Amino acid sequence: MLQADENGRFGEFGGRFVPETLMPAVLELENAYREIQADPAFQEEFQFYLREYVGRPTPLYYAERLTAELGGAKIYFKREDLNHTGAHKINNAVGQTLLALRMGKKRVIAETGAGQHGVATATACAKFGVECVVYMGEEDIERQALNVFRMKLLGAQVVPVSSGAGTLKDAINSAFRDWVTNVRTTYYLLGSACGTHPYPTIVRDMQAVIGREAREQILDKEGRLPDCLVACVGGGSNSIGLFAPFYEDSEVAMVGVEAGGEGIEKRHAAPLTAGSVGVFHGARCHLLQEADGQITPAHSISAGLDYPGVGPEHSYYLATGRARYAAVTDEQALEGFQLLCRTEGIIPALETAHAVAYLPQLARELGHGAVVIVNLSGRGDKDTGVVSGALGVSL
Amino acid sequence: MNRIEARFDDLRSRGKKAFMPYIAVGDPTLAATEEIALALDGAGVDVIELGIPFSDPIADGPSIQRASERALAAGASLEKGLRLTEKLRPSMQSCAVVMCYYNPIYRYGVESFCEAAAQAGVDGVIVPDLPLEESGELYEASLSRGIALIFLTAPTSSPERARRIAQRSRGFVYAVSLLGVTGARDAVSADLAPLMKTLRAATDKPLCVGFGVGNAEQARAVAQIADGVIVGSALVNVIEAHIGKPNLVEAAQAFAVELTQAVKSV
Repeated sequence: MLQADENGRFGEFGGRFVPETLMPAVLELENAYREIQADPAFQEEFQFYLREYVGRPTPLYYAERLTAELGGAKIYFKREDLNHTGAHKINNAVGQTLLALRMGKKRVIAETGAGQHGVATATACAKFGVECVVYMGEEDIERQALNVFRMKLLGAQVVPVSSGAGTLKDAINSAFRDWVTNVRTTYYLLGSACGTHPYPTIVRDMQAVIGREAREQILDKEGRLPDCLVACVGGGSNSIGLFAPFYEDSEVAMVGVEAGGEGIEKRHAAPLTAGSVGVFHGARCHLLQEADGQITPAHSISAGLDYPGVGPEHSYYLATGRARYAAVTDEQALEGFQLLCRTEGIIPALETAHAVAYLPQLARELGHGAVVIVNLSGRGDKDTGVVSGALGVSL
Repeated sequence: MNRIEARFDDLRSRGKKAFMPYIAVGDPTLAATEEIALALDGAGVDVIELGIPFSDPIADGPSIQRASERALAAGASLEKGLRLTEKLRPSMQSCAVVMCYYNPIYRYGVESFCEAAAQAGVDGVIVPDLPLEESGELYEASLSRGIALIFLTAPTSSPERARRIAQRSRGFVYAVSLLGVTGARDAVSADLAPLMKTLRAATDKPLCVGFGVGNAEQARAVAQIADGVIVGSALVNVIEAHIGKPNLVEAAQAFAVELTQAVKSV
């Protein structure tokens, strides 16, 4: 896998653009992370919980009916939806909670958009007996009521964020403000591979289990590497988790699917497809911004992709051509959502539905004989309210 | 010599402390900011911090968050802040410091920004989300144009870090008094005195204390151990309370006069 340089940069992207109050904490986290990386006991403990608690390895599943329906490349799904709590987020939440404990922090804070990371963090904190506070935008609280209730059941305090647009970026702002205030006692458990160094590296490493397993599984099933990897990209954790272990396999193409919202000429959440480079939440990366450097609120039907920035490693992949990025609209995502329900009996998260929505085009492009791995990053129970609303069905 | 450095040399030679208020450019309107800035200048403040509003001010508490939202709604931007400074500069006795998060500066272009800021008569720049490690480009660009890039120290900065920060900081060192975001507090942090002692050991440069200073009594107390006192949220609260009232500018000035007197009484 690609490694960030000593300043946390992937090429020109990344870095540590945070207030001085946090710099010592960021450096402390870097040191602590270096230690656990080199500590076999920690890695063994992490692997133990991934196996026994999260339920890994997840299957790499051949979607036979979907493949037939699309009439092209062979589609495999990496079933992260089968993890405990129903999404890939738990991999990182368990790993970072163990890191927080190792650092002697007794209080964990997190941000959440769709609530999947919030639920995963609340779960890990309940499991390991750590106080948990989750910041969540008011708009997201409304559209993800089920996950809010789950977090509360798990003993987390959910703090509504009304500033800004009341979505994921505002929840991250609030989490940063909490961290600045309580930095000596509190661990900030960031949920995506974005933000200030070392988070893009920590989260990527903890999610890279997805790509490592998938690589082994596809070699086992097909006797060769896939032609293409596909995953949705919000902040970019499930995608970089799948992509990174294939970084050096130059024959494997990668497509990150962003949230095109109402279309990239209108409101969307696709900084790699239609944004520009700036500095946001601690990192130099692609983002949605005005000509004067104000951040533009993102829009997506999927709360988990509703973010104007992206992880710096994706910016680097884009700049170097290692991966390409596309955007699918809210409407296309809804079609992808139903397509997977109908052909495979799997209700995907709306985030994941964006990756699914890109498959008809990709499967045709690649044609018969090609092999594609799609990260099925989460299950969609949480989204049935939003989807039914969008389809005009009242529950 | 940079105007801020000259100001502190003068204050030191007279045994006086500096008072520096913060206002958000465009709060509640750009025209009001112009009038308020001149009123603050008339109150005898030493430095005026002109805050450029940013959509995502992670180092700021509720007062300045709201001010930023009002200012953005009024159409404020970094460019407009520079134009305002340029307009105010000839009639201002005080120093003009622009406080701006990094992205608007990055987007403007670091070199272009420093060029434009120097032409507008900006004396110093504070960037709350630009730590030492990321400051290279702006440091060089500001240095060559005589603009003081002012760095912040925090209670979490080790003595060694504080020393390196102070070494790079020009004009003065902005000492963040507490762990947390900007905003008036009931009392000055009890940790401030030992913090100042550590910072004094790290540098001879002027130390100005900000975050959490909200009234004349607190300002006086801080002035006793610091070279300057920075007040933002409390002034922004006064402005907020007088939006739409005919005495907005007078109220802001009265507050500045009271705090200037408190600081100068030390």
